[in-house]
Parts: sequence; C-alpha cells; structure tokens
Amino acid sequence: MPMDIYVEEIISHYEHPHNKGKMEGSDADFHEDNPLCGDTLTIHIKVKSGKISDISFEGSGCAVSQAAASMLTDHVKGMQLDEVKKIGYDGVKEMLGIDPGPARMSCATLAIKTLTGAIFVYEHKKS
Amino acid sequence: MGKGIDVPAIKKDFPILGIKVNSKRLVYLDSAATSQKPKQVIDSIYRYYTEYNANIHRGVYQIAERATEEYTSSKSKVSRLIGGSSIEEIVYVRNTTEAINLVSLSWGEQNVGKGDHILISEMEHHSNIVPWQILAKRKGATLDYIKLNKQNCELSYESLERELAKNPKIVSFTHVSNVLGSINDAKRITKMAKKAGATVLIDGAQSVPHMPVNVRELGCDFFAFSGHKMLAPTGIGVLYGRKEIFQEMPPLFGGGDMIRSVDFQSYTPNDLPWKFEAGTSNIEGGIALGYAVDYLEKIGMERIRDHEKKVTGYALEKLSGIGNVKTFGCGMGELDKRGGVVSFSIKGVHPHDVATIFDSEGIAIRAGHHCAMPLVTGVLKEGAVSRMSFYIYNDESDVDKAADAILKVKKIFKVS
Repeated sequence: MPMDIYVEEIISHYEHPHNKGKMEGSDADFHEDNPLCGDTLTIHIKVKSGKISDISFEGSGCAVSQAAASMLTDHVKGMQLDEVKKIGYDGVKEMLGIDPGPARMSCATLAIKTLTGAIFVYEHKKS
Repeated sequence: MGKGIDVPAIKKDFPILGIKVNSKRLVYLDSAATSQKPKQVIDSIYRYYTEYNANIHRGVYQIAERATEEYTSSKSKVSRLIGGSSIEEIVYVRNTTEAINLVSLSWGEQNVGKGDHILISEMEHHSNIVPWQILAKRKGATLDYIKLNKQNCELSYESLERELAKNPKIVSFTHVSNVLGSINDAKRITKMAKKAGATVLIDGAQSVPHMPVNVRELGCDFFAFSGHKMLAPTGIGVLYGRKEIFQEMPPLFGGGDMIRSVDFQSYTPNDLPWKFEAGTSNIEGGIALGYAVDYLEKIGMERIRDHEKKVTGYALEKLSGIGNVKTFGCGMGELDKRGGVVSFSIKGVHPHDVATIFDSEGIAIRAGHHCAMPLVTGVLKEGAVSRMSFYIYNDESDVDKAADAILKVKKIFKVS
C-alpha cells in the first residue's frame, strides 16, 4: 500500500467529488465533525428494501476526508445496510488504496462514521 | 544590529535536529508549539537524577541541599531574564495555561464580582480566553474583547479605549500572537489599562523565548509563560506577579510546602513564592529551566530577536513571490511588530494536507486553528491555517526548503 496519500485518485475525487449535494426526501441525515482538521460532513441516505438506494454528502475539509466521502458514497450505493456496517477502518483503507497513517486516520474515517450515524438514525426511526 | 548568531553551531547542540524523517533531515518549524531542547538542558535533567535527586526544602543532607539550591537558583535566573526584582515574584506552575488559571481563580475569586468587566483581546490563545469565560460565568461578570485593527496586524487602540471606558477589573492580553506573530505594544497597553484602574496580566508564552522582556518596564501585575517553548521541558511554567499583589492573593492549592505551620483547624501560609507551590514541585523541570535560561542568555535575547526578524522577513518575501499563497498578520514593512511566526494558506488546499505534504519532506509545521479559534475562524474567517515558526536553530535554508514544499503542494493539487 503506498505511503503517499496524495495519489491521483484521491486528488481527483477531492477536486471533482461524486454524489455531492443536498437531497430531497431523504430517509435519514447525519452530521459529523472532525475537530482535528475542522472537517465537516453531512450524509443523506434513501433506503429501499434494506439497501442504500441513494446517497449524497455535503461538507468541507481536507482532501482525505472529502475524497473518502466521495469514494464511500460511490462504493455503498445499492449495498445492504448490514454490509455497510461491516466496512470499518480496514474497508475504508482498502477502498482508498492508501494508508493514511495514524495522524490522518480521523480524516479518512469521517465519512464511514457519518454514514454509520445516518444508518443508525434510519433504523431508529423505523423501529 | 550586532554579530548574527551561529545557526550551524547551535543546530549541533540539538540532538533531535540530526534525525531523519521520511529519509530527510528534520526541519523543525513548529517552535511556537514547543521548542526543541539542547543537550545542555537534557544533560541537566540527567545530572539531577544521577547526581543529586532529592526532594527540595526538606532534607538536611547534602544532595537535598544541592537540589534546593539548583531549583532556587533557577528562579533567580528566570527573575533576572524578565527583569524581576526577586524570586518572591516567581511562581513555578505547569505552563502558561496554569499560570493564567491561577490568577483567574485566586485573584479573580477575590476581585471580580457581579456586573464587573473582564477585558481580553480577539488575538488570544484559548488559554487566555477560557479561564476568563469560566470566571465571568461563575461571578456574573462580562467578558469584553479588544478588536484587531483593520489590517489584522495589531490590537486597535480605539477599541481598547472604548473597552477601557467600562472600567474592567482586569485586562489580560498576549504579548506576541501565536497565529499572527504580532508583537503588541505591551507597555503602551499596560499604561492605558493601569490608567483606567485595571490589573494587568500579559501572556508572554510567545515573547519570553524570543526577545528581551522586562516586566518592570512593562509595568504589568502578572506575566505568564511556559518553559517548553524556551528550550526547557514540558510541565514547567512561570507566573510572575508583583510582590504586593501576590501577598494579597489567597493560595490556590493547599498541601505541603505552601505552609509555614499547620494545626488541626488552620494553617499559616508559607512565604512567597512557595505559598503558591503546594506539594512536591516539578524539580527536574525547574532546574532544567534554569539551564535553558543560561543557554538563551549566552546567545543573548537581543541577538535572538534580530535573528528571527531577519528569518521572518526572508520568509515573508519568499512566500510573497509564490502565487496563490496568502500570509496573515503585519506586512513586510512592519517587521518591528512581528515575531518569528508566519501563518499562511494555499488557495484551494486544506492546511492539514499542506502539513502532511511538508511532513513527507521532513518539515514539521502546524496546521489548524492553533488554539485560537475566535481569531482564526471569527476574525480571519479561515477554517484553519498553516503556520511555520522559527527559533535560534532555524535559518534561511529552512525557509527555502519550506518554499520548495509549498511548490510541491501546489503541483500535487494543481494550483496555478
């Protein structure tokens, strides 16, 4: 796994994020901050038959946090909620294709933390 | 300006500056966060533990006497460094934060009441904001702020005058900003505050390590600073207080060493400065601070200031020649008002990405809000900024490496 964080794919997602924007009629929304970098992230999801049918994010911050949000939202579209919950830090690392190291771990994991929060909100609403 | 300082020779005194980070020789540009330590200071700690480790103010045996003498002599050195008149005015604490809290808790408890005003500035580190917020809340007092001038360079005297008209009980402000590097005219501000009847505390965390300071010339009541930013270890800091004001203040912590005598129901406090130092002190830290002062005085505070001014001017000039890079604080023409701190931003790149790429080149810089969120987010309107800060072991070659790292950041992020 490359030590260099700023590979082309990360920069590209940072500069041209996928799935970025507001969402009308979302089933759940969740906001999370990373006080280390001052990154902020909000994730909106729509759920159909236990799967993520649509997802978008809004936020600002460092390249690692924003690229991770862009890639994760691509990655989980159509995925079962239970599968999403299993992604974890290792899954994020694999998805990013880089090792962000301990100093930037909180940037890399902000998106999965926020998405997990959104799923929690969705399940809580449903129950 | 006298003879410049010999940076290559100084670098050799700092073992850590010989290490490699990401296969590159470490370039340390984060001394505003904490300074590196010379072997003379590190050795003094080793000597204490291998030659005379004992508690102070207690033992009658030889090594205890030596420990007491070294600890006390450190206070004499610190007092001399800042132009104090005796060690009775030098209280050792953990750091600047604890020093300010000691004042807000002990002096503040006695002197601030409901409806009173407390005046600080928009330029403060959280350590000079939060203790006053806590005090204001507890007492029902109001916390007011001195604004920055339009250039975001120094404090606005118009704003200061407006706030002083409210007759604040205390004015607490930073001597040198840890974000902007601005050197406030502490003597002028103190004079104005005193005229308005206020007690004055100066946060000297970023000034004492870098320039000559004379508390009696400044005319302040309290002056706070940290050892770890001036070559000494962490966990040792200083609160200077005028003797008369210290005498009136109640002790903050009770315990050993801060008492003269104790019976079942009461105690008699010890003399100054020990009245404020309950329990066994950070003896190694206190002793090492004395050796740090020796090291700084050997170079000379005037020469340190001149050197940092030169490096800062060089950095501002170098960065001004790079497109889409913005620096904050006083400009090139105002180097007299500027310490060795240069905060900057690169258009479209988050400061933490900047710092990570600097790290890949072995360069340590700070990125974030620098524990001054009201200033960075409220006044400068930035989420975060990158900061390089200089000390005696930095020179123009370090700035050149930083400038190269900025070019690398711009290349990676395709900034024009």
